[in-house]
Amino acid sequence: MSAARAAAGDPAELGRRLRECDRGAAPAALNVIEDRSARGRERTRKLLAEVSPAALGGEAGAHLVGVTGPPGAGKSSLLSALVGRWRELGRTVAVLAVDPTSRRSGGSLLGDRARIEHDPRDDGVLIRSTAAGTRMGGLAPPTREAVQALAPAFDLVVVETVGVGQSETDVEEVTDTVAVVVQPASGDTLQFLKAGIMEVPDVLVVTKADLGEPALRARRDLESALRALGSRDTPVVSVSSVPPPSGIDDLVEALDAHRAAIDLPATRLRARRLTALADFLAERGEAGLRALGGRREAERFLDSLHPALDAAALVGALEERASEEGGG
Amino acid sequence: MRTYAGHSTAKESNELYRRNIEKGQTGLSIAFDLPTQTGYDPDDELARGEVGKVGVSIAHKGDMHTLLDGIPLQEMNTSMTINATAAWLLALYMTVGEENGIDTSVLQGTTQNDIIKEFLSRGTYAFPPGPSMRLIADMIAYTVDEVPKWNPINICSYHLQEAGATPVQEIAYALSTARAVLDQVRERVTEETFPRVFGRISFFVNAGIRFIEEHAKLRAMSQLWRELGRERYGVDDQRYLRFRYGVQVNSLGLTEQQPENNVIRIVLEALAVTLGRNVRARAIQLPAWNEALGLPRPWDQQWSLRIQQILALETDLLEYPDIFEGSKVMDGLAAELMEGARAEMAVVEEHGGAVKAVDYMKTQLVESHRERVARIERGEQKVVGQNVYTTAEPSPLQAGEDGGILTVDPEVERAQVEAVERWRAERDEAAVRAALAELRAAAENESLNVMPATLAAARAGATTGEWAGVLREVFGEYRAPTGVEGAAAIPDDEALHELREKVDRLSEALGRRVKILVGKPGLDGHSNGAEQIAVRARDAGMDVVYEGIRLTPSRIAATAVQEGVHVVGLSILSGSHRELIPEVLRELREAGADVPVVVGGIIPPADAERLMQAGVARVYTPKDFELTRIMGDIVDLVAEHHSAAATA
Repeated sequence: MSAARAAAGDPAELGRRLRECDRGAAPAALNVIEDRSARGRERTRKLLAEVSPAALGGEAGAHLVGVTGPPGAGKSSLLSALVGRWRELGRTVAVLAVDPTSRRSGGSLLGDRARIEHDPRDDGVLIRSTAAGTRMGGLAPPTREAVQALAPAFDLVVVETVGVGQSETDVEEVTDTVAVVVQPASGDTLQFLKAGIMEVPDVLVVTKADLGEPALRARRDLESALRALGSRDTPVVSVSSVPPPSGIDDLVEALDAHRAAIDLPATRLRARRLTALADFLAERGEAGLRALGGRREAERFLDSLHPALDAAALVGALEERASEEGGG
Repeated sequence: MRTYAGHSTAKESNELYRRNIEKGQTGLSIAFDLPTQTGYDPDDELARGEVGKVGVSIAHKGDMHTLLDGIPLQEMNTSMTINATAAWLLALYMTVGEENGIDTSVLQGTTQNDIIKEFLSRGTYAFPPGPSMRLIADMIAYTVDEVPKWNPINICSYHLQEAGATPVQEIAYALSTARAVLDQVRERVTEETFPRVFGRISFFVNAGIRFIEEHAKLRAMSQLWRELGRERYGVDDQRYLRFRYGVQVNSLGLTEQQPENNVIRIVLEALAVTLGRNVRARAIQLPAWNEALGLPRPWDQQWSLRIQQILALETDLLEYPDIFEGSKVMDGLAAELMEGARAEMAVVEEHGGAVKAVDYMKTQLVESHRERVARIERGEQKVVGQNVYTTAEPSPLQAGEDGGILTVDPEVERAQVEAVERWRAERDEAAVRAALAELRAAAENESLNVMPATLAAARAGATTGEWAGVLREVFGEYRAPTGVEGAAAIPDDEALHELREKVDRLSEALGRRVKILVGKPGLDGHSNGAEQIAVRARDAGMDVVYEGIRLTPSRIAATAVQEGVHVVGLSILSGSHRELIPEVLRELREAGADVPVVVGGIIPPADAERLMQAGVARVYTPKDFELTRIMGDIVDLVAEHHSAAATA
């Protein structure tokens, strides 16, 4: 018998345990969610129903944070320092590290975990690595569903992805706050911002502050670009993760401030609907979307449904609708 | 001539040294255990299973006193295989000298002290690259005046070849390391002193089985070293420009199958470094024929020593001037290697020098090694006894009761743990605290040299773990790059194609992709095997979690559970599998992970049996060189475990 089955038992039970903040249920729950077989998807549906807003009596309390940026920007080192700081503040953290590699073989080397220092005996930290699948920076349906499943059990659920430009929209869809990580002297993000290719993130983080002048310059350049775009309130935080780390407290504060300012129910509702649509698309493809009358029509249909429905229930509704439309 | 020695306790090692000195040996060669090399005390969680293995445990000056008891240090030339904690061990050595009334300025010897190759290959680093390089620079700047006969650094291309380096890479990365060290020291010494510093740099190289090319490599290295000295550093004194090196010949190519053939390999490799007088090695260490099986016994080491003695005393090797002078073939080979090495050194410089290029170099090495493994697997590179001429008569050499290897008494660790606790209880605690505070202040101030504070801590009775602990707090912890993420996929062949289909079928049956955790428990840093397994598992289509070296059993168990892996592969070469593997199994059970565990490493048959009884599903040793076959085996194991229908 596998670890998954040994610890898993009933998916509804796992969902219930997560709802009651039993973090020990998280790995087994993730095994269920990652299972893309018909049976697995059925089990996922049962699990997610237990952590739906209806079951929780509202939105899950976790802060859902996206951390994204180009390769080599220092995301993992930053997370290492952030996770440490959050733990000092007594907050529990789940990190979903999405690795961009997608090979001909289908296999991936998942390396981020190694770079995030943490105490293996501390059950307040969970790190789960997944392969992105085929799309650069995109999120596979299991990652989206994992965010929702873990949200009741952790104070923070972090999604770490690689991305520059448009690819971070997926992260933006499933999280409350997106932090884009930039390293000094790499102009990509600045150019993308200026060109309007990239949406203005909630928080911008400039790493390697220990470099001094180049880091300061990068920060100034980003701030002036943001002013030009009329987003003068977007915080730009300078951090260094080499000892002694600096700027981490400022970043924690900036993230908290953003979370406090958003319309949480609306953000979460949108996340669930877009997750459902992504899941439906992954299973049924463009043909499925056509059966719904196109993307816009599908979104309109989702908007008409009850706000407390969880993502899996929404997928069910989409499928039902598609077969109705297809049949009729 | 000397043999690499130092086993279990300081007392036993001391007895061995004294016996060897009585026989006329004038050099001491000290091998330390992994906790000492990586800066942990014997009672640290990470030291478990490693105390007294692969060398002697030295936790404080008391241990060093025991180790050197009755040995006239002023007459000794002492070689210490020590890197991350070199400054500390030199300080302990000097302290023992001082306390025995010896003028420390007469001490002679070598500390290996090459940290770059630790990041690239050997794995016994303790601090991040920047601060590590500063420690080295501090030590060189200190010894050049205070202990002028000491060789503070011995730059090792040896371990690069063991990690798979081609001759060009071996030359280029070693010389780039030397360059990084020299650039840093230049800022810390006066202009007049600098040529002497250049002259004190020595090398520790490798020699492989292609011994003609290997000889050419040494000629190329020697010439490039002079060039570097003259052109970059303006050194023109011939004495200082000489390329001084010692050798240990290749272990990577030694086979577990028909191990007696290794003696022949070792002789040929020894020729590579002795044939031409102009570039002849100053010191040679030969590995033992049975290294791929387990720890060599004194008799095995004696056999290796005899090879050198026969070469030197019976043959006419030493009677002629350089026999390759004027050889077009040799000059051509050397020129080719120099050209390749210059180009590769330029790439390292583009990355910002050896320190910044650690990531790049590591990826290149993993890639070269991956190619080598694949060539042997496909039979393109012939290894007698391994992939050709594999049928053999049973070897009488392995028939003895000990199975032809040495084992270390596990009691050594327990005794050493108690001893260090006693030491801490009995010393002047206030003096130690004060010395460690001074050390912290020195470490925090880039413009100070940490050597004086290190010596003060050694005198006060601080422990190895305390010294390294203070520096870890100031410098930060560090995990070296694994190099696996950049490795290219191996070219498809039929076997791999079939394997991939098998993985796909199983993944389909499981509902998600087969996921494997490749783990290295303990302090052993030899990560070749783990890296190659990780890369091949990826090429077979699995999701692979690999966190690099030096993992505690609890970390491995936590990772297995959190990541939801289907199988755990453990690699271990330090001989501590007996302690560490059962512990990983126990932690996995406690964490509720019911996953099959496979183990790879230098594991004698008797131990393999014991591990299987403890619950390990498969044991692989160096004779299992066909990685694709191993992977297939592992996939079957997962399938069986899930009783899923993955038909082969």
